[in-house]
Amino acid sequence: MQSFLTRSAEFLPILLQGAGLTIVVTIGSLLFSTLLGLVWAMMRVSGIPALSWIAKSVVNVIRGIPIIVQLFYIYFVLPDFGVTFTALQASIIGLGIAYSAYQAENFRAGIEAIDKGQIEAAQSIGMGWAMTMRRVILPQAVKIVLPPYGNIMVMMLKDSSQASTITVAELALQGRLIASSTFQNSTVFTLVALLYLTMSIPLIMLVSYLERRFGKA
Amino acid sequence: MITLTNVHKSFGAAHVIRGVSAEVKRGEVVCIIGPSGSGKSTILRCINGLESYDGGTIAIDGNRVDCNSRSITAVRTQVSMVFQRFNLFPHRTALENVIEGPRFVKGEPRAAAVERGRTLLARVGLAAKEDAYPPQLSGGQQQRVAIARALAMQPKAILFDEPTSALDPELVGEVLGVMRALAEDGMTMVVVTHEMGFAREVADRVLFLDHGLIVEQGPARSLLTHPTHPRTQDFLHRVLHPI
Repeated sequence: MQSFLTRSAEFLPILLQGAGLTIVVTIGSLLFSTLLGLVWAMMRVSGIPALSWIAKSVVNVIRGIPIIVQLFYIYFVLPDFGVTFTALQASIIGLGIAYSAYQAENFRAGIEAIDKGQIEAAQSIGMGWAMTMRRVILPQAVKIVLPPYGNIMVMMLKDSSQASTITVAELALQGRLIASSTFQNSTVFTLVALLYLTMSIPLIMLVSYLERRFGKA
Repeated sequence: MITLTNVHKSFGAAHVIRGVSAEVKRGEVVCIIGPSGSGKSTILRCINGLESYDGGTIAIDGNRVDCNSRSITAVRTQVSMVFQRFNLFPHRTALENVIEGPRFVKGEPRAAAVERGRTLLARVGLAAKEDAYPPQLSGGQQQRVAIARALAMQPKAILFDEPTSALDPELVGEVLGVMRALAEDGMTMVVVTHEMGFAREVADRVLFLDHGLIVEQGPARSLLTHPTHPRTQDFLHRVLHPI
């Protein structure tokens, strides 16, 4: 135990640096995937067949390709076409696109769960499509969408470790580097696991807070 | 004011409106009655552009109603609708429901919209409930808020789609009372209803619809007490003497 603590004190500063990058990747791709997912979901429920078909196809293609392959594509293949990103940018874009598919399906489910009478009531007082979405449908859909959104946030935190495959020195990669140079596997990976757990707890609390807040009325 | 000329509508193979022509004048109260599936609600929904129609024309003050055109939102601000299931916005209070249209569709300043909203809630007898959310209100109260919401748009006419059919029997009266007061104030109303008492007392005219056609129409009292067409007689007999 004594040695675990001394070694932890030695490794922790480096691991915390990695955790910092993990947070950056998680928040960045969470924002990007939420925006992009909202775009796919809006296209899907727009009532315009062409837009709906495009969104559906894009979501299916994204869902059908492993995240790691999408990351490789953006980081290693796109430069061949003259599009170059740093590893951090590529990981945020890649995870953002990969997760946008799940976000979109979640948003769509929330929107479609709202009673059609709500749309008719909005239309009957002269609201157009965009205002109906903004003032009537989305505020009600938020409540339905939040619990699964919390799951997505926690999954995103953990899947940010896939950024290590394209050289982003986030928590998982820092852990592997320290472990392979010190052979202190048990100490290092115990710390890594605890750090991921510590980071997911605020997310879980945030979701339950939001659920309580939007659960009113 | 509302003119229907030879309107046709099909859902797939089902030809539900088969050439309906009618006219509703300003200040008139018209009730549409008929068996279920006769196309009553569909006609109302076509007038408000919630449903498209396949043939003929519907016009409000000479402006054609076309639910695929951009002008439809303008039409809808002129003719409001009250639904069978109220369709209040559950995430907004009674007052917010009423001022939603004036504030965000017409862009009225908040203070003016709130003031008129309160007046309207008072008019439907719900001044004390402005901060209540729809799930906290009874069906009758919800429907009265919905009527206030329709009035807030200052429409030329209000369409009522079976406004009391989803209510417990003891709550029907409070909604019909509000509607009667509106009619007395000169509001143009088209009401799809099974409340024959209301139709007889309040309506100027009644249209009897069956299988997508107007079978008989005329002044409310005479049509309901002395129907001439056998199908009207049969329908009224079954509604008034269910056992």
